[in-house]
Amino acid sequence: MKITRSMVLVSSDPLSLQRGSLEIYRRFQEKLESYQLAEEVALSTITDVGNTEASPVVVIYPEAVIYGPVQPENVDRLVSEHLYKGHIVEEMLVPKRHLPSRMAWLQSRKGSLPAQQRILLARVGKIDPENIEDYILHDGYQALAKALSKMTPQQVIEEISKSGLQGRGGAGFPTGRKWSFVASAPGNKRYVICNADESEPGTFKDRVLLESDPHAILEAMIIAGYAIHAQEGYIYIRGEYELSQKRFLKAIEQAHEYGFLGKNILGSNFDFEVHLHSGAGAYVCGEETALIESIEGKRGEPRSRPPYPTTHGLWGQPTLVNNVETLANVPPILLHGAEWYRRFGTPSSPGTKVFTILGNVNATGVIEAPMGITLREVINIYAQGMKNGAAFKLAQTGGSSGSLIPASLQDTPLDFDSPRKAGVSLGSGALLICDDNTCVVDLVKVLLRFFRFESCGKCTPCRIGTQRCYETIRAITEGGGQLSDLDGLLRLAEQMERLSNCGLGQTAAVPIRDMLKHFRTEVEAHIRLGICPTGICRMVPEDETAELIENQMV
Amino acid sequence: MKDQSTKDLPIAAIVEAAIEKHGTNYDAFIPILLEVNKAVGYIPLHALKEIRLRVRAPEDGIFVNEGRLYSLSSFYHMLSTKPRGRHVVIFCESAPCHVVGGRQVWQALKENLGLKAGETSEDGKWSLVTTSCLGTCGVGPVVVVDDEIYGNVTPEQVPEILARYE
Amino acid sequence: MPLINSPQDLRRVREETLQKRLLQNQASRIQIIVSMDTPAIAAGARETMQAILEFIEEEKLNHILVKKTGNLGFDSWKPIVQVVINSQSPVTYRKVSPTVARRIMEEHVVGGKVVQEHAIHF
Ligand SMILES: Cc1cc2nc3c(=O)[nH]c(=O)nc-3n(C[C@H](O)[C@H](O)[C@H](O)COP(=O)(O)O)c2cc1C
Ligand code: FES
Repeated sequence: MKITRSMVLVSSDPLSLQRGSLEIYRRFQEKLESYQLAEEVALSTITDVGNTEASPVVVIYPEAVIYGPVQPENVDRLVSEHLYKGHIVEEMLVPKRHLPSRMAWLQSRKGSLPAQQRILLARVGKIDPENIEDYILHDGYQALAKALSKMTPQQVIEEISKSGLQGRGGAGFPTGRKWSFVASAPGNKRYVICNADESEPGTFKDRVLLESDPHAILEAMIIAGYAIHAQEGYIYIRGEYELSQKRFLKAIEQAHEYGFLGKNILGSNFDFEVHLHSGAGAYVCGEETALIESIEGKRGEPRSRPPYPTTHGLWGQPTLVNNVETLANVPPILLHGAEWYRRFGTPSSPGTKVFTILGNVNATGVIEAPMGITLREVINIYAQGMKNGAAFKLAQTGGSSGSLIPASLQDTPLDFDSPRKAGVSLGSGALLICDDNTCVVDLVKVLLRFFRFESCGKCTPCRIGTQRCYETIRAITEGGGQLSDLDGLLRLAEQMERLSNCGLGQTAAVPIRDMLKHFRTEVEAHIRLGICPTGICRMVPEDETAELIENQMV
Repeated sequence: MKDQSTKDLPIAAIVEAAIEKHGTNYDAFIPILLEVNKAVGYIPLHALKEIRLRVRAPEDGIFVNEGRLYSLSSFYHMLSTKPRGRHVVIFCESAPCHVVGGRQVWQALKENLGLKAGETSEDGKWSLVTTSCLGTCGVGPVVVVDDEIYGNVTPEQVPEILARYE
Repeated sequence: MPLINSPQDLRRVREETLQKRLLQNQASRIQIIVSMDTPAIAAGARETMQAILEFIEEEKLNHILVKKTGNLGFDSWKPIVQVVINSQSPVTYRKVSPTVARRIMEEHVVGGKVVQEHAIHF
């Protein structure tokens, strides 16, 4: 079995077709065969490049270079030079001024295939996670030693700020800024909390890091403690992650033995302790204030903000809450410098991101890729294409609360900047890819069942809103929907978004809105024609009443 | 069901051991409840009293009543307030597992066990519950039986998996 | 007293560990690395590991070092096993059931021939 390593996209919009792009596609097929690259290079067409003087264009990933205008007779050169030898054919590149803006962003992207440039997952799969010696051999605790012996806490924060690191827990808040808020907040004690309550459906990047490289997270927590003048840290790992907890506890124990935790760490007069706190099964505890409530022995109900945890966190003291993946970035940044880190990703979202790929694709699991990759690349290069050759229908990015992306938006870059522009949320980095055997109404029903189940019940818009949305959508899948329900859904969605106390209720509206924006015809078919176009929904009332009430692990 | 047998279990000793490990501060409440749930299978009401008697310490500023402990037990999904069967079958019902065949596996589980979500069988052998994503979706659909996790489950494998449990 | 009390100590421990590892690698020419994280275990990695250990026991191949690691490759390939012979670049196998594991041990580890159907070429 060979791994796909590149992807070639041939534009096939009407203008390109007119200018002979079919012939280009055919030539590529031929040439890839004759160079025996057909298995390693995915070939596909792209219809939404937009009109450009440079049509027809050919885009080659992972380098993300755009050639054009391409003639059929150029194909041989592109295959032999670029794909076979790996040299970019400079003189055939499209001049930037000829590119429509939706393609131009590609030029600003840096970096290539992640297999060669793993930062966060550098040690994952190379070391024994329960062996501290393995970690030390692979640069382990070097960043801590550097910070403690050569840098002041202020310098550590400055370096993190300069790197442009953004929080990977979902919101993308600049990490350096958060650290300096906590460091300067008044209080007699400060805390570092590592948020490892990863419960967003389809997200397991934090589990991979904790199970495969726990010392890296521990090292980052100690560095964070040094930077913000804290003596104590908590890691809140969800209760279901037993293996992560076991491995992290072991890491804490070994770090004590070696002197990375405890008093006077590495002779620097800095003391630090880390406690592991297990979650007990509640998605909402991933929200930072609910998490703090949970550590304090209460129900995990989010607090009203402000005040934020940066000033009033655990036990009312200034508290730094960071996601596992965010922290995993810290040691490499300190070790190699902010300049080095900024070489990856896009200018506005530097660095790499760990994505989890799921659904109806050939390869599921975790990858590390530069910020700004596109869904099309993910499907064709990393995920090895759709399973059983089925057609791609939609993807959900960022877990349950993420947006639903139809096939027409699959060239939008995934970074923290573009969601705001194009409506693709990166969120937790989960990419659920669905083929055309997926019914969008059925999918949204499952998503809302999740929100309904996980709503903490503190605020009414979320508690009742998720329930009502679920009921309405379930009625549609059972043949009992009305057209007026759709407006009702949108109204409810808006109320949840505006009035909910925390992100759970606010984002529950996103899938509903996206469903009605991109797939309204499919929804209406359920209602007007009484059929499910994919044949998934049974369109008869199902006896799940018992489940509705009992479907709790209470 | 487990309810009768818990009378014989040394609840007091279980609570004592949990306190030994986690202390009696506020941040110990949930860990203690987790330990009780693990040892007993659920949280019986009289365990709440045992916990309250041991952790409440007004002189140290720690106040707690059984109501608060019960409200914790009912909030967190991993804590159960109802007795469970000897074996608990947990099915992941989140979207990633759902789209890769979870629906069919769920049907098979319900048919094979003759239970609906949240139910416990008459003979006290099985409980069937659902959960949100377990972070193992890369090998979905996922089913957990007691402490064992099974990935890539197909409807055909369901009887085979269940047969491993006495 | 902890083992490491200064950055210098850390450097020394690292050097010593490196030396130790070199000796270890010389002693065991063959290393087998099994991915052991939750998805791997859910897909049957424990049984795979068991099969490998049993084979080593039966055939008395004591010079083989079996190690575990965390996540390795895609979840859909799990259980995943890597074979490293003479510190050359590793051969990675996917979907290694206990039966496949025994085959890899016989054909590759003992016989020196890669089991192509299960090998992944990066
Ligand atoms: C409902 C909800 C669930 C959340 N779940 C998580 C989670 O599982 N892990 C996480 O790191 N952040 C989660 N967050 C985000 C946290 O509130 C917080 O923003 C994050 O931990 C900050 O860390 P960062 O700056 O490193 O991203 C969640 C937020 C909401 C509203
Ligand atoms: S959706 Fe089932 S484990 Fe994630």
